[in-house]
Amino acid sequence: MIRIQNLKFNYPKGKTILDHINLEFVPGNIYGLFGRNGEGKSTLMKLMCGLLFPKTGSCHILDQPTATRTVKGLQDSFIVPEDFELSPLRIATYAKVNAAFYPKFSFEQFLHLIKEFHLDLQDFIPTLSFGQQKKVLIAFGIATNTKLLLMDEPTNGLDIPSKSQFRKIIAEAADEGKCIVIATHQVRDLHSLINHLVILDHARVSFDQPLSAVSNALWFGKPPQGISEPILYSESSFGGKVVLARKERNETEVDLELLFNAALARPEEINHVLKTAYHEPAV
Amino acid sequence: MNYDNSKPIYLQIVDLFYENILSKKWREEERIPSVREVAMMVEVNPNTAIRAFTYLQEQNVIHNARGIGYFVSKNGYQSVLNIKKKEFIKQTLPDVFKKMGLLHIQLEEVTSAYNQYIKTTAHEKK
Repeated sequence: MIRIQNLKFNYPKGKTILDHINLEFVPGNIYGLFGRNGEGKSTLMKLMCGLLFPKTGSCHILDQPTATRTVKGLQDSFIVPEDFELSPLRIATYAKVNAAFYPKFSFEQFLHLIKEFHLDLQDFIPTLSFGQQKKVLIAFGIATNTKLLLMDEPTNGLDIPSKSQFRKIIAEAADEGKCIVIATHQVRDLHSLINHLVILDHARVSFDQPLSAVSNALWFGKPPQGISEPILYSESSFGGKVVLARKERNETEVDLELLFNAALARPEEINHVLKTAYHEPAV
Repeated sequence: MNYDNSKPIYLQIVDLFYENILSKKWREEERIPSVREVAMMVEVNPNTAIRAFTYLQEQNVIHNARGIGYFVSKNGYQSVLNIKKKEFIKQTLPDVFKKMGLLHIQLEEVTSAYNQYIKTTAHEKK
């Protein structure tokens, strides 16, 4: 779907933001793209849809360089940026005008999503709040049915009930043919959706694993009494939480926040455990 | 759904299915929601929902009729009952016993609390 090889990027006169980036994104997954502020998450997304060009290395969508912006590539990718400006139109007109670029766009689905978000096709976009406009763009993005859907902080600006609606909508939209990439800091909003985690740190990819491999190799929770083995990472919040090598223990849910902090603090150890863990045959 | 942080989400979905079957909300040989409907209902990645369905199929609690959907198996209720009973004896009870030890609670006290409970619930039913 998307293949990034040895990619390097910097803004004019700026320091290197992304370096030696090798990533592959395949359909059927919902990727979480994490990283501290300014680590290049949004930049990477822009590179993935051809809004920016790599300085060296390459970024391909459907075997075409994204920088060449081929019709084939553009028809099958959509980005919901964090900040955006929509044309001053009614929602219905906006959809009609822009749908022309996406052969797989479904008006029916768009209408369903707009209703789900409590909007009306006749609403005039400039009179809507930021959060409502974001919903229009999310609904449009999903209804394009592109193979690649990139979303930068999609839950920012959404009210509390809308976050749950957003999860339902993504759960409904996700399928084997789609590759969804979500960059976010709102781990709690999205942890039940993400099934593959990519972390950017110091301009590099410091972590790139499916969560099934993580829950197979690592154990998250309150430290069991009297353990003698080394603790991979610990946090002293209420009750204390630790990351351990799972070994024979029962599988636990991946604590994304804890994993993120652990992967930033001790990347070598965490990646080593994942690499050497015994892999059960996939269910 | 309110997630318990420690248990894998797919097993929490399994528990939700068990509850629906034990409470007879879902009856044997009745059709249950699809993978996608369940994923939407509990707001999870469809892959997680698939894992729960696969697990339940292995336990012979549900089965897949190709092209139609998933159904509670013929002896689904009994299977769930056995699974949950085993879980109660193996996990819930030892926890209770451990607490009883810590708090110096005698078995007689538990028995009388249990009898009291039965009496009040029977009374409420009337």
